[in-house]
Amino acid sequence: MVLITTALALVFFYAPNDADQGFVQKIFYVHVPLAIVALIGFIVAGVLGAMHLRTRDDTWDARSYVAIHMSVIFGVGVLATGAIWARASWGKWWVWDEPTLVSFLIVFLLYATYYPLRYSIDDPQRRARYASVFAITAGAFVPINFIAVRLAESLVHPRVLNQTAGDMPGEMRLTFLVALAGMALLYVTLVKLELTSKNARRQLRRLRKLLEEERSGGAAPPPIATVPAKPH
Amino acid sequence: MRAVVAIARKDLLVELRTKESVPAMALFAVTTFVIFHFGLDRDRLEGELAAGVLWVTLLFAAILGINRLFVAEREQGGFDGILMAPIERTSLLIAKSGALIVYLVALELIALPVFALFFIDEGFWEAVPRLAVVMLLADVGLAVVGAMLASIAIHTRARDLLLPILLLPLTVPVVIAAAAATKPLLSIPLDTSGVGKWLAVLALYDLVFGLLAYAVFDFLMED
Amino acid sequence: MTVAVEPAIESSQGSQRARAESSTFAVALDQVVRHYGERVALRQVTLRLEQGRTLAVFGPNGAGKTTLLRMLATLLLPHEGELRVLGHVLPREAHRVRPHVGLLAHEPLLYRDLSGRENLRFYARLYDIEAPEVRIAHLLESTAMTTRSDEPVRNLSRGMAQRIGICRAVLHRPELLLLDEPRAHLDPEAAAMAEPLIGARTGVTRVLVTHEIEHGLAEADHVLGLREGSVLIDAPAAQLDPRDVRALYGAGA
Repeated sequence: MVLITTALALVFFYAPNDADQGFVQKIFYVHVPLAIVALIGFIVAGVLGAMHLRTRDDTWDARSYVAIHMSVIFGVGVLATGAIWARASWGKWWVWDEPTLVSFLIVFLLYATYYPLRYSIDDPQRRARYASVFAITAGAFVPINFIAVRLAESLVHPRVLNQTAGDMPGEMRLTFLVALAGMALLYVTLVKLELTSKNARRQLRRLRKLLEEERSGGAAPPPIATVPAKPH
Repeated sequence: MRAVVAIARKDLLVELRTKESVPAMALFAVTTFVIFHFGLDRDRLEGELAAGVLWVTLLFAAILGINRLFVAEREQGGFDGILMAPIERTSLLIAKSGALIVYLVALELIALPVFALFFIDEGFWEAVPRLAVVMLLADVGLAVVGAMLASIAIHTRARDLLLPILLLPLTVPVVIAAAAATKPLLSIPLDTSGVGKWLAVLALYDLVFGLLAYAVFDFLMED
Repeated sequence: MTVAVEPAIESSQGSQRARAESSTFAVALDQVVRHYGERVALRQVTLRLEQGRTLAVFGPNGAGKTTLLRMLATLLLPHEGELRVLGHVLPREAHRVRPHVGLLAHEPLLYRDLSGRENLRFYARLYDIEAPEVRIAHLLESTAMTTRSDEPVRNLSRGMAQRIGICRAVLHRPELLLLDEPRAHLDPEAAAMAEPLIGARTGVTRVLVTHEIEHGLAEADHVLGLREGSVLIDAPAAQLDPRDVRALYGAGA
């Protein structure tokens, strides 16, 4: 939390106004960290999915799910701030010139299918397994997609973002790094929060179920005729 | 390997007999070309517009075929039969991808000449050999990712709906690369520069997702 | 007549001995558990079946019979416990077990657009069977399906498709036969034809899921009764009479 406030403070008071774009350029400090953190989050979610497949432990699936969930939310932020920046810089709400923004849109559209995928599988074990496969596949997709889109756009339009990032004066760079760190911490905090609440809910459900079984007279019906198998 | 051939052979035999997928895909493609003619109000296309129309149409036609890929296994209990057999489960993935490539090539053999007939004035035949290479690389990528996603979607409730929304974003790099590689080939005059870079992108995509699909397929098949 | 329940208390020595002995059994389960989400499909199932014997599995719907059968067929993984089939540990050695297990389920597991013969050829390739044409011809002959074996399965009646399904199940001469209500879709004539292929006289180990209590008891050497995933009956067939099995299906616990 402290880092976020510091970052915000720096953004507003410390970094110099960009001569061309004025105040709105400050959006940059929110937009880019959001994007970087979200993309890393997606890739990490893929790794978490791989861990789930390896260990067959459902907690990894929960972590993967929350990571994707949070990255998608951050993703909405990326697209929103991207639109605001585009409007302010170029007068339009959406531009195809920014390969980062465009490839982000594609990634976002892909991860948006994560929810219908999970929802449409009834078997809980299969659902977790398929979600993990999705997380891995989509995670591998992020860099490839980025390469492809960047190659496509560089043919026609200059890359604004790289130019901006490339020659950042010292104060801007510091602010940017602080903003990035702050965003990353925010992400991790939110993920931890959601994981804890999910865990608590699961424990509660389990306890409730145990209680129900106790009340209804034991989990297993009594045996009728069992002879422990002996070799003869 | 024996299992791959057996399964692919079975699939192609069924397709040959029922003629379910390929004719529908081809018909869809041709009709879509007609729709593009009216939608764009163009008599001929070249360069990037031609490449775009061609690849978008092929992609959507491919989805029809991909949707049907595992239906016979699912509805007629074939999954159990294959999963119980003493074979590598990835044989199923390779066989289905292989069958899908055959369907896509068959689709292209029909759709491409029709496309040239409708929209291309000149220079088409010179472009064909290079075009074939682009198509083959793109087909491999589409087939592998398509087969993998089809095997996922077949186990879900809304499988016909889920497959396209899963597949389309994932195949964007293929469309980007294939269209970009095709654009100079359909330009007048024919231009072969820059195609190599995009072939490399397609090859990279094929490699990454081919390996990935192979690695995860066992997990998708287990229960 | 109900047999007194003997609580199964096993010392660690006892379970070690049991594990060593289990390798001589055709089927050995130890405390196998299978979940479906938060529901328990199989609860601490322990079972021994000797080679060449027939096990009849009874139980109401949802008891876990099909789950058990599919687990033995290597189609489902156990979530807890140990499972051995034909001496091999599942799921680790599933590839060693698969050539020797045959499943006859509700669905004949045939591709409807191919003929019976083409289906059998397909499976013969998957199982790498020697002299496949001879074997296929022999099986088709045994189930009186030779004349209609070249028609698409789609054109056959349910009973006829099931006959080809039987051919498919025994094509590779499995040592363990898993039968899920095999007589459900066969007319008496076909059932008689199927006897030498899937019946007790074959001498192979069989696990038979059935709702026909008298028939099941007559066929079985050993009986397993499941209800809500738990084993309620685990006794030699000779010690049971139909009333015991019917108690399985009664209302309430």
